[in-house]
Amino acid sequence: MQKPVSAWRATLLSFIILAVFLGAWELSLQGAGQGAGPAMDPEYAALLGQAAASGGQTPMPKPSEIGHRLFQLLSDPFYIRGPNDQGIGIQVAYSLGRVLLGFGIAALIAIPLGFVIGMSPLLNAALNPFIQVLRPVSPLAWMPLALFTIQDSSISAVFVIFICSIWPMLLNTAFGVSAVRREWLNVARTLEAGTWRTAFRVILPAAAPTILTGMRISIGIAWLVIVAAEMLVGGTGIGYWVWNQWNNLSIADICIAILMIGLVGLALDRLLGLLARAVAWQE
Amino acid sequence: MSKPYVSVEGISRKFPGLTVFDNVWFGVNRGEFVCLVGHSGCGKTTILNILAGLDAPSGGVVLADGREISGPSLERAVIFQGHALMPWLTAEQNVAFALGCKHKGWDAGRLRDAARRALEKVGLGAALAKKPSELSGGMKQRVGIARAFAVEPKMMLMDEPFSALDALTRGALQEEVSRLVTEAGQTAFMITHDVDEAILLADRILLMTNGPMARVAEVVINTLPKPRVRATLHHQPGYHELRDHIMDFLITRSRTLAGIPPGDYDPRHPPEVSPAG
Repeated sequence: MQKPVSAWRATLLSFIILAVFLGAWELSLQGAGQGAGPAMDPEYAALLGQAAASGGQTPMPKPSEIGHRLFQLLSDPFYIRGPNDQGIGIQVAYSLGRVLLGFGIAALIAIPLGFVIGMSPLLNAALNPFIQVLRPVSPLAWMPLALFTIQDSSISAVFVIFICSIWPMLLNTAFGVSAVRREWLNVARTLEAGTWRTAFRVILPAAAPTILTGMRISIGIAWLVIVAAEMLVGGTGIGYWVWNQWNNLSIADICIAILMIGLVGLALDRLLGLLARAVAWQE
Repeated sequence: MSKPYVSVEGISRKFPGLTVFDNVWFGVNRGEFVCLVGHSGCGKTTILNILAGLDAPSGGVVLADGREISGPSLERAVIFQGHALMPWLTAEQNVAFALGCKHKGWDAGRLRDAARRALEKVGLGAALAKKPSELSGGMKQRVGIARAFAVEPKMMLMDEPFSALDALTRGALQEEVSRLVTEAGQTAFMITHDVDEAILLADRILLMTNGPMARVAEVVINTLPKPRVRATLHHQPGYHELRDHIMDFLITRSRTLAGIPPGDYDPRHPPEVSPAG
């Protein structure tokens, strides 16, 4: 058995690792990108702008530059200056909105359907082949079909989120419901509890932890997929923003986007973790 | 003699190539406490589940109050072997759930009050808000008992309810159940392989042979006077004869009598004996 570690020591170590990493990054770029490029005709350089003046190379940003940029972006996250220039907060909000919409619709379908599949071994066996074939398909493979049938890029992105988040919830709900202990069902039967009372008062709470695990997996996948989906459909969202900053060669912004995506994903996971704690039970 | 409250008429449990028990007949009279004793594998639990309506026999019928049992009923409550409490509910909510199933019109406050009274009756007034995981094995089974008695069934079915408990707790709960059943004037049917438990509680003890082809080999009449108290039970005259008779059955005769019954065996009227005189 390992001894439990105190929280503050772990936190301290985390900060040291972060400081060493950022420090090494900062130092390794010291002096780079300034006058190191090949000699070039100054007039030609003036024509092409600053990027060309440093030899056609975009320098890797230092952490301090990224920090400065992060401060700029976060000091006004919700501005809108035309369709192609919106604050990072707006972009994250677009992505979150799509994820929550697609995930919400998936939950509304997957949980009741999973319930029915879990209760009926016949339906379970009948639907299993379809689920097994469709589940491993990359959600992005659905994108062309969605664009063709829905003919709206934003709704197509929501559909892709829907299709990727439905499977873990469906399978976990079906498993959780089918694994409800026989003796609890027998208690309900001897009490003549009836179908609805048994479903909502016995099976649902018994399967809730398993269902929540499925929802947690789903929202994690949905948040992974939204970035790629928005890169494809464009327009708005953090995924689109990343791709846009790549086209602008704003490497600092891309680093910031990675950080934001990670933090929002963490927040979503924590939120469902709290929900899972609320419905957990212990024998 | 009045008709028995529960009448088991020729039930069997057969699988392809295996007959667990066949042509089993017995009755349980109103207000009577009957114990079924036998080894594992003779189909005891199946018989109890059939009485509860949770299972159906392969052949034969069971009548309760003159009507065929076709499913579970609130008239016949079950105390399960593993307490079978819902772990996400507190003790009080577990009992209130059962009460809510019986009294569909009661509001939450009324259910809570009734659940409290039921738990106080089994000495759990201080553990109302505890979840099953916070209760000891004996306390969990007490909640299970309170839940079963709270719906005021006509009959109490018990499947080795105390087998997982330590001897001291078991004794306390046996007396508790005996008191509650007597107070409510209920009919009771219990499966056990604890001989002392059967002698303490039962008016009649059904002895089953080993399976396959298990049958009720004999019916032991418990003539020891009631109320019986665990502390003094083994000093009563006749106790040792009774106990020895059942022990002998469990150790040897359950095995030697198994299989094809003797020619004079009438499955409708298995031989009755009263070893205690």
